Amino acid sequence: MAHAAHGSNYLNAQKGLWSWLTSLDHKRIGILYFISVMTFFLLGGIAALLLRGELFAYNVANSAGEMAGQLLPSADAYNQILTYHGAIMVFMVIIPGIPAILGNIFLPLQIGAKDVAFPKLNLASWYCLMAGATLAMFTMFSTKVDTGWTFYTPYSIKSGTAVTTMVIAAFITGMSSILTGLNFIVTVHKLRCPGMTMWRMPLFVWALYSTAIIQVLATPILAITLLLLAMERTFGVGIFDPKLGGDPVLFQHFFWFYSHPAVYIMILPAMGVISELITTFSKKTIFGYTAIAYSSLGIAAVSFFVWGHHMFVSGQSEFAGVVFSFLTMLVGVPTAIKMFNWVATMYKGSISFASPMLFALGFLFLFAIGGVTGIMLAVIPVDVHFHDTYFVVAHFHYVMVGGTLMAIMGGFYYWFPKMFGKMYSEFGARMSWIFIFIGFNVTFFPQFILGAMGMPRRYFNYIPAYEPLNRISTVGSWMIAVGFLIALYTIINGLINGAKAPKNPWGSKTLEWEADSPPSVHNFDHEPVVTAGPYEYK
Amino acid sequence: MINGVPVQEHYRDASHQFASAKEGIWLFMATEILMFGGLFVGYLIFHMKYPQMFAEGAQFLDWRLGFVNTLVLIFSSLTMALGIYFCQINQPKKAVWALAITILCGAVFMVIKYFEYTHKFHMGIYPGRMLDLEMLNQHLSSIGKPAIASTNLGMYFGFYFCMSGLHGIHVILGMLMISWCLYRCMRGDFNPNYYTAVEGVGIFWHIIDLVWIFLFPLLYLVG
Amino acid sequence: MLLWILQKITVVMAQAQSFMPTQGTEIAKSIDNLYAFLLVISLVSCVIVIGGMIYFAIKYKRKSENDVTAYITHDTRLEILWSVIPLILFLFVFAWGWVIYHDMRTMPKDALEIHVTGKQWAWAVEYKNGVRSTEVVVPVGRDVKIILTAEDVLHSFYVPSFRIKQDAVPGRYTAVWFRADKLGDFHLFCTEYCGTQHSGMITKLRVLSQEDFDQWLTTESEVSTLPMAQRGAKIFQTRACASCHNVDNPAVKVGPSMYKLFGAENHELLDGSKITADENYLRESILNSQAKIVKGFGPRSAMPAFQGQLSEVEVTALIEYIKGLK
Repeated sequence: MAHAAHGSNYLNAQKGLWSWLTSLDHKRIGILYFISVMTFFLLGGIAALLLRGELFAYNVANSAGEMAGQLLPSADAYNQILTYHGAIMVFMVIIPGIPAILGNIFLPLQIGAKDVAFPKLNLASWYCLMAGATLAMFTMFSTKVDTGWTFYTPYSIKSGTAVTTMVIAAFITGMSSILTGLNFIVTVHKLRCPGMTMWRMPLFVWALYSTAIIQVLATPILAITLLLLAMERTFGVGIFDPKLGGDPVLFQHFFWFYSHPAVYIMILPAMGVISELITTFSKKTIFGYTAIAYSSLGIAAVSFFVWGHHMFVSGQSEFAGVVFSFLTMLVGVPTAIKMFNWVATMYKGSISFASPMLFALGFLFLFAIGGVTGIMLAVIPVDVHFHDTYFVVAHFHYVMVGGTLMAIMGGFYYWFPKMFGKMYSEFGARMSWIFIFIGFNVTFFPQFILGAMGMPRRYFNYIPAYEPLNRISTVGSWMIAVGFLIALYTIINGLINGAKAPKNPWGSKTLEWEADSPPSVHNFDHEPVVTAGPYEYK
Repeated sequence: MINGVPVQEHYRDASHQFASAKEGIWLFMATEILMFGGLFVGYLIFHMKYPQMFAEGAQFLDWRLGFVNTLVLIFSSLTMALGIYFCQINQPKKAVWALAITILCGAVFMVIKYFEYTHKFHMGIYPGRMLDLEMLNQHLSSIGKPAIASTNLGMYFGFYFCMSGLHGIHVILGMLMISWCLYRCMRGDFNPNYYTAVEGVGIFWHIIDLVWIFLFPLLYLVG
Repeated sequence: MLLWILQKITVVMAQAQSFMPTQGTEIAKSIDNLYAFLLVISLVSCVIVIGGMIYFAIKYKRKSENDVTAYITHDTRLEILWSVIPLILFLFVFAWGWVIYHDMRTMPKDALEIHVTGKQWAWAVEYKNGVRSTEVVVPVGRDVKIILTAEDVLHSFYVPSFRIKQDAVPGRYTAVWFRADKLGDFHLFCTEYCGTQHSGMITKLRVLSQEDFDQWLTTESEVSTLPMAQRGAKIFQTRACASCHNVDNPAVKVGPSMYKLFGAENHELLDGSKITADENYLRESILNSQAKIVKGFGPRSAMPAFQGQLSEVEVTALIEYIKGLK
């Protein structure tokens, strides 16, 4: 292999759109994911703003279907938008988000590999995501799907909309997720550089590894569930259809057998990012490395046995409910361990308030609230009241947005200099944090109260008592939007006008910072040799 | 190329690459098994719920045809393994023959399936809601058998067509991939140091056979 | 001392619970106590985690680029401590929850059984004696068992004030019970997404005294055998139509009078068009009051829409009654 010319890196080694679309370089594929996922995020975000806009006030004399809402023409339009908001954000933004963007770029770099195990598969998985996304977008121009992202039967069987196409689209994005997970597992097993033992891997790699296990073991169940739903709609197979003696609740069991572990596909990588950020910006080795790594694996393992906590009121037996509640309590423990270890890492550190760290602190704040409300929801009688109300909506947004999205933003600001070899404006990044963090709390905290008051979710219209808090919530959503616009501007401005980034701007200890900024095509000029753990701040 | 092996540059050597590829294939097989696992779970649940209906449905399946198909697939597993073996000992011609017989077995399997399916369609047996109970009962009375008692017989055949159909799709995919291996084998791509593709497709084919070995008793024999 | 503080916090939390709807049952109270306890421990743990984080962030703020930090890799005692304490707390609230949940799932004997069927987008309530209603009417202080099912898709029976919720599943029965101890009207929501008018699938759960309930049940069952027009008159009263519409003179009360309305030609609307007040016009106006607004009213009608609130039979009875107002 010829050495790349001086100054050449993975971004400018080859030119032209075609060289990007056929690239097998894990870093370039990461960038492809970045562009596509951010586009989907924009779409999902617009949908969210429309939903919040509609809920700004209740509709007077809302009656038959023809009645227009505050912002949207009809209840149907609202239901469709909420479906697309959910499906896009779950299947195309948060699930691929961290593993496919940051993981793709930094997993090989952090373990000193030249690439992932199967580069062609890696590119194929991006094409799968794009194919699935295209199909999903296509349904927007035919009959828009109105089932909610959960596709609960029998509504999804009866709905006269393009559910089948949408389900196939989700199936294909699931394929993409499986391929990424498979690739990462083999990469971690086989491609670690000399000296990089499993217990010297950065915690981000541990998190991605645990995530990959879930992706490989859980997604097939989603695949078969969605296939059966498609079959049900095409041939009327009868498995989920009560008219043929089938059981609609069985669909929920199948669906959540995937979708609960999927929650951890979304949050585990985020926890990995936070481990990196906290140790770097505290300039201190991580507290309880082994505990954090094992807790990732523990969460991955237990996550397969808690799906029934989504179904406490669905008609499952009291016994099943109690077992699932118990197991859910167990999954809370490794999560608590992580939180305490992160805080303990800050003890006697040298804490910088650079923007990535602000996002990490924001994560701790929001995830603490998301976590404790999660425990509340695991207590069955309390869940009976909160189930399918705004309390649940607030809870999972605190975890998914307050957790995962904050970690994506923090991780992105952290690795931006490495990815593009340029610095962004710190002021812009901090401003985006302020708006996103405050806006987020303004949007979602009132929803906890709304949920306690009993406001059901997926409501196009509500009773007048819920109006004031909904107003606050909607105003908060505008602040979040402003925050992301500032972030977008900061990123683009950084890409164009950013100063050249040094090799290791934050003084991190992990391996990716030993590569050039941006890295060369082959990542490292000489294969690195590791002699110590990942966070040796001595 | 090292010793006639195309080693990608992020691997140390051929055996490193081979071990990685094999692990990847096994992981993918795990996803396949889990996917079929979902169907098996559904089958078991409803079998427990409606044992009568499942027994009624199973009588329409001819266990002899299923048994022949089982033998055909087991034999094809053998020839597939031989194909890999001949690649390993550098006898590509024999490997080509072994792979060709494997494809042929797959084709025999699919032809038998085709006859089983069309026979059912003639009797009005379709999956789920599309099952034509009236037509089926007419057929039954013409051959002097009692009419169907279960009103939801369609669900049994929903399972039957979904499970054997999904398996059939995998057989066809397997045949396509074996054909691709056959082509590469004829081209002389494989040698004792490099036969990853045949090995991988072989694992896939064995797993597909394995799934059938579970499907056969569940659909044909458990009445 | 600690106990006293905890007690105080519990009082504060109990006030914070005023966000929870009125407690309509005993079980609601016990759930709220559990919830209050959860709020307290949640608050305490948030204070520990978030407070610790803020404290460390300020105390150990970076002074210079060359700060020397402590090298602490782990502390097994601490790890065990912060695994075991949460675990004990979790198991405690789990057990507490189980006790209450067991009560919620144990159906009382001799309960008043009411069949409720969810359908897009209304609840059909049926009593043992054949009375049908769109609202759930129950006596105070008596065990009531709701037997649920659904006609088309999933629905969920949710009464916030009672802290009860149960999915209605097509093809099977589910059940939920309660004993209301407060008189009054409570919201009854559908909380399982069921399509277009999911958010419109709201009705009332009315708690009456035993005598009122008995009387209601008898009247309702008598009503069902009355001639159509008389039944319509009854509905006109119970649905409070009479509070806005006159029936014996043409004067406007709040809405237009029903007197001699039926069959009126040249019935002028807000947009100036003229129609004949026939059955279909009445039907539309009852179900969706915004559709056609009479001249002199509006621009929006103040009348609630009765789509999903009235059964077909009730609408027909109402129209029959209005026909007879001459």
